[in-house]
Amino acid sequence: MTTLPPQPITPEPGLPGTVPPDPVSGAPQGGGGVEREFTIRAMTQRQLVTRRFLRHRGAMIGLAVFVVVLVLANSAIGIFGLPGWWGESYQTTGEVVAGGRMTLDLLPSFADGDGVALGNHPFGQDNVGRDYFALTMRGAQISIVISLLVGLIATTLGVVVGALSGYFRGWVEGVLMRITDVFLTIPLLLIAAVVGKISGGGPVTLAFVLGLLVWVQLARLVRGEFLSLREKEFVEAARAMGASSARIIFRHILPNALGTIIVNATLTIAGAILLETALSFLSFGVQPPDTSLGRLISDYQQAFQTRPWLFWWPGVFIIAIALSVNFIGDGLRDAFDPKQTRVRA
Amino acid sequence: MTATSDPSAASGPPPAAGSPSPATTAPRRRERVADVPLLEVQDLTVRFGTEDGVVNAVRGVSYQLAEREVLGIVGESGSGKSVSSLAVMGLLPRTALITGRILLEGENILEMGVKEQRSLRGRRIAMIFQDPMTALNPVYSVGDQLAEAVRSHEQISKKMALSRAAEMLDLVGIPRPVDRLGSYPHEFSGGMRQRVMIAMAVINNPDVIIADEPTTALDVTVQAQILEKLIEVKDAVNAAIVLITHDLGVVAGMANRVLVMYAGKAVELGRTDQVFTSPRMPYAAGLLGSMPSLASAGGRLRPIPGAPPSLINLPPGCPFSPRCPLVQDRCNSEEPALYATDQHDHTAACHYWADLADREDPTSIFRPTAVVAE
Repeated sequence: MTTLPPQPITPEPGLPGTVPPDPVSGAPQGGGGVEREFTIRAMTQRQLVTRRFLRHRGAMIGLAVFVVVLVLANSAIGIFGLPGWWGESYQTTGEVVAGGRMTLDLLPSFADGDGVALGNHPFGQDNVGRDYFALTMRGAQISIVISLLVGLIATTLGVVVGALSGYFRGWVEGVLMRITDVFLTIPLLLIAAVVGKISGGGPVTLAFVLGLLVWVQLARLVRGEFLSLREKEFVEAARAMGASSARIIFRHILPNALGTIIVNATLTIAGAILLETALSFLSFGVQPPDTSLGRLISDYQQAFQTRPWLFWWPGVFIIAIALSVNFIGDGLRDAFDPKQTRVRA
Repeated sequence: MTATSDPSAASGPPPAAGSPSPATTAPRRRERVADVPLLEVQDLTVRFGTEDGVVNAVRGVSYQLAEREVLGIVGESGSGKSVSSLAVMGLLPRTALITGRILLEGENILEMGVKEQRSLRGRRIAMIFQDPMTALNPVYSVGDQLAEAVRSHEQISKKMALSRAAEMLDLVGIPRPVDRLGSYPHEFSGGMRQRVMIAMAVINNPDVIIADEPTTALDVTVQAQILEKLIEVKDAVNAAIVLITHDLGVVAGMANRVLVMYAGKAVELGRTDQVFTSPRMPYAAGLLGSMPSLASAGGRLRPIPGAPPSLINLPPGCPFSPRCPLVQDRCNSEEPALYATDQHDHTAACHYWADLADREDPTSIFRPTAVVAE
């Protein structure tokens, strides 16, 4: 699809002769057209959505926070074997310096502090002297990977199941919806815990297990969307043009349901972070030596009284990630909602 | 029966000079098989099973459509006119029970496989829908949708398809067609969208266009333009049209022949002028009498009393008999077939069509309204 430049209302002078046309090309100088008419460029759906999203303050803050966390976590300790700028590894143990206290100092010297500095261990050290900043960054990395994967898997599954049952109805719908009903009755956390434990707790496996369990919600939503969209006249028109079922589902109906799908995918991602945290906290999630944010909290819950930073830092990152993704989802939902008042430049 | 009238008799003005011929990129017209009507519907019945019983939506309709002909199908809501044409398109839900034969150049569509049927749709039989506001997909540009219509039947490049799309937009009278390819449906007015629908219907050079109330959703001034354009485009691509409507004025202006439907049956079939000037079936006469016209301005309308029957449990006899002023005993027991009348190629489903033929003004069998609507 061509993306037209955002050009909301360009009212050209309606009367001939009020604006002298450019003598050379006959084109107007004001960036419009010489047509003697009002050129009103209605915005496409995509433009409207983008515009509303970009104007959603919460979503923009959420997006900024999420990007900062993402960049920080991946650049600090490196990714895909690439080294990060933070020298310490999350696996190397060492001597515990100064009781593992945080060396991060944010108070500038003029405010009676020691000056802004990271120090050797900005988030402190754990019992065995591992750098807690590196650990937290690793935890954030893993948590984000898991939640994005869960979002991807759950969305794909949910969309396929929902689309098929909503479009074909009949026995297809019957079978698929009964399956989703079964998944709804399964005590999700329990299954995830058991399967996660059995499978060894690698982040990817964990993501698959969680993804296989949380697609149900989306499947029902997508089915609902398809049920209403399939009755639309443009679907019948497509059929009258000789379009196949696959073409109608993917080319005609799915794009119309995209708003719902995107919004729910982000909400699934936010939910997955918390789910993974909960699982890891129950020590069923990611298994050592790897770590995740939930795992960190679980490992150092005893330290809360004595070395609270071991508890707070992963907590802060969990909240930051979950909240920011949730805000992004909120912004998307508002942006896709056609009942929103149109925002114009 | 075949079309005896000149197919262009009722059509609008010829294509505007200078408008490009669609034949330049459109596929060549297929060789016509001689002596076989383009489209022939034989004894078509459509039934739906519902909780209340079986609905006989179409109860044995037969008609033929000649090349380049415009056949108007009129009738009130629920008379089966839309259902019968959806059956021709193969667009009825799977719950519909269809019998009879629908022959496109002698080949029975109902016996074809799903794939064969699909390849006919949009390529040889195209459809124009009632509401252009909803019949275009809001998320794709008009050019994309037109190009897709081409590319679902032909293996050609997107660029080629788009250039044909632009040609078609030009044909239906959309200014600056190349620029408009990137526009989305919501950027068009209702009339423009219906033009786009027409362009989409004819883009594959179909033999038959089924127009299901193409102007109902448009306002009156736009209606005339759209109909004129429809005729112009039909002539340009040499298609025949099945025009479904409940607007008798539209039929009078466009159709070569008229099929009047009532309670799932064809009750009258004839040339437009025959049916309009000398109806041979009381229902058709009633329709004409209930239509306000300039000629009878100041006079009173003659409405048909009562309401159409339920299609679930039709009593024996003529379905129109409870409302018919000419009703006699025979009407309640024996359902009339389509009888040949005194006029050539004009058939009517009434035992007593001759009674109507004897009258100077057939519409006078109905009583005028008591109060004149000013």
